[in-house]
Amino acid sequence: MSKLVAFAAIQGGYNIVQKAEGKYKAAVEKYGPDQKLEFPNTAYYLPIIYSLLGIPVKTLGDAKKPLEVARALLPAHVKIQNHLPYLGPLLDAGMAAILAEEIVEAIRYVEDPDFYLTAEDPDLEKGKIWLGAAEDTVFRKRGVQFVDGSAPGFAAIVGAAPNPEIAKAIALEYQKRSIYVFMAANQGGTTFSEQLVEAGVAIGWNTRLVPFGPDISAAVFALGFANRAAMAFGGVKPGDYQKMLLYNKERIFAFVNALGEVGAEWAANAAGCVNWGFPTLADTDIPPILPTGVCTYEHVVPNIEYDKMVQRSVEVRGLKTTVSTIDIPVAYGPAFEGERIRKGDMFVEMGGGSKTPTFEWVTSVDMDKVEDGKVEVIGPDLTSVKEGGSMALGIKVEVAGRKFQEDFEPILERQIHHLLNYAQGVMHTGQRDIGMVRISKEAIAKGFKLDHMGVILHGKLHQDFGAVFDKLQVKIYTDTKEVEKLRETCRKVWAARDARVENMTDEGTETYYSCTLCQSFAPNHVCVVSPERTGLCGAYNWMDCKASFEINPTGPNQPIEKGEVMDQKLGIFKGANEFVEKASRQAVNNVCFYSLMNDPMTTCGCCECIAAVLPSCNGVMSVHRDYTGETPIGMKFTTLAGEMGGGAQSPGFVGHAKYNIIQRKFLSGDGGIARIVWLPKSLKEELKDKIDARGKEIGIPDLYDRIADETVGTSEEAILPFLQEKKHPALEMDSILG
Amino acid sequence: MSEEKKAVPEAVSIDTATIKMLHIAQERGQETIFDRAVKMKQCNIGTEGICCKICSQGPCRLPMTKAIKDGAEPDTRKGLCGASPETIAARNLVRMMAAGCASHSDHGRSVAETFRAMAYGEAKDYTIKDELKLIDTAGYFGVPTTVKEGDEEVPRDKWEIAREIADIALGQWGTQQGQMIYPRRAPQATQDRWVKHGVWPRGIDREVVEIMHRTHMGVDQDYRNLLKQGARCSLGNGWGGSMMATDLQDIMFGTPYPNNGNINLGVLAHNKINIIVHGHDPLLSEMIVAAVHTPDMIEYAKTVGAEGYVVAGMCCTANEILVRHGMPIAGDYLQQELAVVTGAVEAMVVDVQCVMENLANISECYHTKFVTTMPIAKCAIGKNTVHVEFEEHHALDIAKKIVKLAADNYKNRGQVNIPSETNKMVVGFSTEAIKYHLGGTFRGSFVPLNDNIINGRIRGVVGVVGCNNARMEHDRVHIDMIKELIKNDVIVLTTGCSAMACGKAGLLTPEAAAVYAGPGLAEVCETVGIPPVLHMGSCLDNSRILTAATEVVKAGGLGKELADLPAAGAAPGWMSEKAVGIGQYFVTSGVYVMLGVPLPIYGSPKLVEHLEVEMEELYGGKWAYDPDPVSAARKIIDHIDKKRKALGIDTARERVLMDMADRQKLEVA
Repeated sequence: MSKLVAFAAIQGGYNIVQKAEGKYKAAVEKYGPDQKLEFPNTAYYLPIIYSLLGIPVKTLGDAKKPLEVARALLPAHVKIQNHLPYLGPLLDAGMAAILAEEIVEAIRYVEDPDFYLTAEDPDLEKGKIWLGAAEDTVFRKRGVQFVDGSAPGFAAIVGAAPNPEIAKAIALEYQKRSIYVFMAANQGGTTFSEQLVEAGVAIGWNTRLVPFGPDISAAVFALGFANRAAMAFGGVKPGDYQKMLLYNKERIFAFVNALGEVGAEWAANAAGCVNWGFPTLADTDIPPILPTGVCTYEHVVPNIEYDKMVQRSVEVRGLKTTVSTIDIPVAYGPAFEGERIRKGDMFVEMGGGSKTPTFEWVTSVDMDKVEDGKVEVIGPDLTSVKEGGSMALGIKVEVAGRKFQEDFEPILERQIHHLLNYAQGVMHTGQRDIGMVRISKEAIAKGFKLDHMGVILHGKLHQDFGAVFDKLQVKIYTDTKEVEKLRETCRKVWAARDARVENMTDEGTETYYSCTLCQSFAPNHVCVVSPERTGLCGAYNWMDCKASFEINPTGPNQPIEKGEVMDQKLGIFKGANEFVEKASRQAVNNVCFYSLMNDPMTTCGCCECIAAVLPSCNGVMSVHRDYTGETPIGMKFTTLAGEMGGGAQSPGFVGHAKYNIIQRKFLSGDGGIARIVWLPKSLKEELKDKIDARGKEIGIPDLYDRIADETVGTSEEAILPFLQEKKHPALEMDSILG
Repeated sequence: MSEEKKAVPEAVSIDTATIKMLHIAQERGQETIFDRAVKMKQCNIGTEGICCKICSQGPCRLPMTKAIKDGAEPDTRKGLCGASPETIAARNLVRMMAAGCASHSDHGRSVAETFRAMAYGEAKDYTIKDELKLIDTAGYFGVPTTVKEGDEEVPRDKWEIAREIADIALGQWGTQQGQMIYPRRAPQATQDRWVKHGVWPRGIDREVVEIMHRTHMGVDQDYRNLLKQGARCSLGNGWGGSMMATDLQDIMFGTPYPNNGNINLGVLAHNKINIIVHGHDPLLSEMIVAAVHTPDMIEYAKTVGAEGYVVAGMCCTANEILVRHGMPIAGDYLQQELAVVTGAVEAMVVDVQCVMENLANISECYHTKFVTTMPIAKCAIGKNTVHVEFEEHHALDIAKKIVKLAADNYKNRGQVNIPSETNKMVVGFSTEAIKYHLGGTFRGSFVPLNDNIINGRIRGVVGVVGCNNARMEHDRVHIDMIKELIKNDVIVLTTGCSAMACGKAGLLTPEAAAVYAGPGLAEVCETVGIPPVLHMGSCLDNSRILTAATEVVKAGGLGKELADLPAAGAAPGWMSEKAVGIGQYFVTSGVYVMLGVPLPIYGSPKLVEHLEVEMEELYGGKWAYDPDPVSAARKIIDHIDKKRKALGIDTARERVLMDMADRQKLEVA
C-alpha cells in the first residue's frame, strides 16, 4: 500500500517544511538576514541545496529562496478515493523535507555552535558525541576511500535498535564489509550511536561508525556527503540536479536502515532519499514499495530481521561486498584501520614510544626454503610481557614464486601497515624500521597472539597478491638483540632498493601504466603513471601499477607503450595519448606529462596536491589537501579541487602527488621545481631534505629558503617582495604564460 | 415498417445510461443511430473496398467470389479501365487516409492560425498559458530560446519565441520539398526507416493533395506505391499536423496533468443551464469554459432562474476540456442524440468532426438549440439549428453570445429525464505528466516504466483508441479488450471515445488496478498511484502516444526504434476516416495495429497481404484485424511476447550486485 506511505510522507513533508519556516523566521528576527550560514570548514555551501538548486547559501537571507522552493514542492494531500497519482508528488515532498532540514541544521550551527564537535571522532569524556557535517579534510580523506573502492558504500541508520547488543552486531557486520555507517535520528530518545557507545564500540570516522546527529534532520549530513563526493570527484556541476541524483543512484551505493517506528517525518526523509536512488529497509511492518525504477531495485522493504539487515540491505542496493575471512579471534576489516588504542587500553607496545627496535621486511627466497603458511615466533611470547609493557618486533615475510620479482618486495612490504591495522584491537603506524604496533587488552582477552599477525599477513597477501607469488611464510622476531641485528641487514636492502627506484627514468622506460581505479566515480579520468611521475593520489607509483597489472591483467592498471615521443620537453607520447583518448571515453585526447600550462593531466579530485600558476610571480604554487588555509591563488585546496575534479583538463592547474614535487620530471616542461614559489609550510618541511637534494642537483642549493609559504603571505602581492628579495629563480625565467 | 425494426436497447449497449435513454427515445418514437443501424444493412462490396466510383464509367463493382477465394478460379476481376481489385481497394483506402489526415491536420491548421494570431497580439482572448511547453516546443522547431546580451545568454522574450514558432509551424502545411521538421522527434532508427523507404513527408497539404491526384482515374496503378504515399501522408499528420496541434494547444490552454473528472449523461444538471460542447476543436470550447466563469455570465444565469452552468463535453471536444480543466463529459459519439433526449440540454454547440446530422432532427423534438459554429461545418436542416460563427479574433465575445443563447433557452425546457449515471475518473496523462509522475520534479523520467517493463511487472504497453461504431455493441469491444489486456499486465493508454468507454466502465480510477489488473501491473499502479488505463486526451492526442513511446525508447533498455517496443495499438470500434489515418501513422512508425472493424480491403487478398504482412518488413509495424476483442487482445499479447523475446527480456531479470570493477566500467550518465 504505497498510498499510505505517500499519505504519511506528504504529511511529514508539510510538518518539516513548516517547522523549518518557523525556525527560519525566528532566526532571521534574532540574527538578521546577514548572519553567516554554513557548515564549518566545508566547501560547497549547504551542499544539498547548492548541488541540486545551484543556490550558494552563505547567509540566513540566502536561505529564503531554497526554503521557498521547498514550500513550492509540497504537493496536495492524497485523497482517499479516486486520488491523483502520488509517486512524483511523494518524491517532491521528500525533497522539500530534505531541503528544509539542511537549512534547519545550518541554523543549528548558528544557534548552538558547540552542539556538533568538529573532529573525526567524538569526545565522549566531554560528552560531545555528535559530529555533524564532515569537515573538508575529513571529507576528502574519506571520500577517496569511496572513490578507490576501499569503502563500497554507506548505510544511513536512523533510529535505534531494540538494544545495544543488536546495534553492536549490525555495526560490526557493516564494519566487516567496510561499509560506512552514518547515524542520525532517535527512537523515543534512544539513538543508535549512543547504543554503540554503551556496548563499548568505538565510534567516529576512524571506525566508520559516524554519529551525525540525534535528529532525523541530521540525515542531510549523509546526503550532503554523497553530493559533495559527486561534485568533488564526479565533476557534477552545481544545479545539474538530474545528473547529480543519477550519479548518486549509479555510483554511490548508499541506503537507509530505519530502525523502530516510522513516523511521517521519517517517511518524508525516506522519500527524499529515494530521489537519490537510496532505498529504505526497515525492521517494522511498514508498507513495501517493491517495483523498481527510481531506485535500482526495491524502494522500501519492511520487516527485516536484525541478523539479515546487512545482507538484505546490500542486496537491495545491488552492492557486492566481501567479508575478509581471516582465522583470528578478533574482527577484521578496513573499518578497523582507523581505530586507535590509547595507552590505558593497551596491553603491549612494540616500537614507537617504547623505543624498542622494530622492522618489517618482505624478501624473496628460494621456493624450497618456504613452507607456505608457516608462522614462527622466534623469541619470547606475549606471556613474557606485563600488561602495558613493551617488546621488540621484527616481521620478516619470506615469499617465493615463479612470477615473483624483486621489484614487488616493497609493494608487499607496504601492505603490512594497513593489513595489521585492519584487525580489531591492533594498531599499526609507520613502516620499515620506524613501525609501531599496539595490541589492546581486549584483543588479548579474546585470544589474540603474536602469530596471528603472521596469519593475517599470509592470508591477506595471498588474497590480494596471490597472482604474483606461490608461497609465503612469516617469521616474527621478539628478541631485542636479534631484531637489532636483522634491522641492519634490512637497512642495507632498503638503501639498495631506493637507489634502484630513484635511478629509473621516463626516458629509459618504454612502458608506462594507466590507472583508472577512480573511474567508478570519475568516468572520464585517466592517470598515466611513469617512473618519474607518480600517481597523483600518492598511492600508486609506477612499480605499484606494474605489480597491480601482473596481479590483475584486466584490472585498472594497464601497460601503455609510450610509443613515438612527440615532445620530450612537455612529455607528449603518442601511445599515451591514444590510450587516454579511449579510456577517457573521448573526453581527453592530448596530455602533457610535464606541464601544467599545456593540456595537463586530469584529476578525479583525489590528488594529494594541486599546483597552480601564479602569473605575477611567474611561478607555480602547490598546496596539499591537509592544508586548510588560504593560498596565493585565492582558493583553498577544496575549492581548487572542486574546480578541477571529475576528469576535466584545466590548463594552469594540475593535480599531483607530494612526492612528485621532488621527482626530476616535475613540471619540467614549465621549468621544473625552480618554478615553485610557494608551498604550505607543513608540506615544505615534510619535503625539506629532498628539496635540498634537488636544489643541489639543479645548482640552487638554497632553493628551499627561497620558496615562500603562508607565513610570508597568502596572496601574490604579499609573496612577490619576498621572492624578489630572495632572488627566486622563477623571476628570471621565461614567462610562464608563454 | 419502422415500428418493426428497432434496436433492442439492452442488446446494443453495455452502458445503462444509454440503455435507459434509448428506451425513452423509442417510447417517444424518436429514432437514433442505434435504430438506423438495425434498419440499414451495410453494402458488402463497399465494406470489402472493391467498388470503384472515381470516374463516371462506373461504379465498377468487383465482388469476391467463393471460387476466387478458394483458389478454384484465377482472380481475373477488373474494372472498365482494367483496374485490379488491389488498385481499387488501395485507392479507396488511401483516399480514406487522406481524408482522415486532412481532418486532423486541418484542425491543426486552425490551431496554428489561432496560435499565430495570439502570438502577434491579434487574438487577445488567448494567451501563453504554459511557458515550459513553449520552451520545449521551441526546441522541437529549432527556435532559439535564449539571446546573447553582451557575453551572457539570457532568456528570449516569450512572445518573440511564440511568433517564430507560429511562422515555422504554419509553414509546415505548405512546404513543398525537403523534410518536415517534427518527424525528427522520433527515435533515430525510426527516422532512418522513413528515409530508407522514402516516406518522410514534405508538407502536410502536399501529401494529401498528392493522394487525391494519384487516386484520380488512370494515375497510380501500383497498390504498394499507393500505400507508400498513404504512409507518407499519415506521417505528415501523426508526426506533423496532429502533433503540432497538440503542442500548440498545450501552450495556449495548458499541458494536461492528472486531475479528477466525471463522465456520463448524469453530469447534466436539473437546475443549471446545460451547454454541451461537441466535436473536436478546443478553440471555441475553451472560450465557452472561460465565458461561463465571467461575472456577467454568472449573473446572467441568475436572471433566467438557473443556478449556474454545466459545460459538458461530447466526443473529443469533451476530452480536450476534461484533461485540461476537469470539465465533465456527457458522453461519447454514440450518445450525442441521447443527450438531447434528456430534454435538459439548452444548447448543443458543435465544432467539427463526428457531429451527426440527425442532431438537427432530434433537437427539433426538444427545446435544444443545435448551434453550429464553424464556417466549414454548417447544417442545412433543422428548425432549432442556429449558426453562430466562431472567429478567433473575437473568441470570448462569441462564446458569451452562445452562452447567452443557451441561458435564454433555459425557460423553454419541457420534460427532463437525466439518467443518474456518472463515473469518477482520473484523466490527463500527457507525456510530460507521465514523466513527472514517474519520479517527481527531480527524477522525472520514463526509466521506471522501462524498468518495470524489463522486469516483467508490466508486460507491454498498448494504446487502445478510436471511435464507437454503431455496427457493434456500444462500448463492449473496448472494455472486453482492455480488461483482457490489463488482466495480463499490459498497461493501456487510451484516447478519444475509447477513453470514454473506459471512464464509464470505471477503468480510469486508481481503484480499478486492484480489481482488474494482473498482479505486476497492479503493483506498479499502486506504487505510482495510477489507474491501469491512462487517459491521454482526444483522438488528436494520439500524437501523445507517439511522443510517450519515443520517450520510452530514449529511456533505454527496450531497443532502438519504436518497432522494437513490446507495444501495440488497437482501435476495436473504429468508424471514421481519421482512424484509418491514425492507424497508418502508427503502422508507419513501427506499431502493430489491431482493428475490431475491418478495413475495406478484404476484397483484395494482395492488398491484405501488403498491409498485414509486407508492411512489417518496411516499417516494423503492420495492420491486423480480429472482431473478437478477447481473441484480438490475445494476439496483441502474443505480439508483445514476441517483441519481449527479441529484446531478451522474456526471462526473469537477475539482480546484479556491483563491485568496484563493475562500477569502473559504468558509462558516463
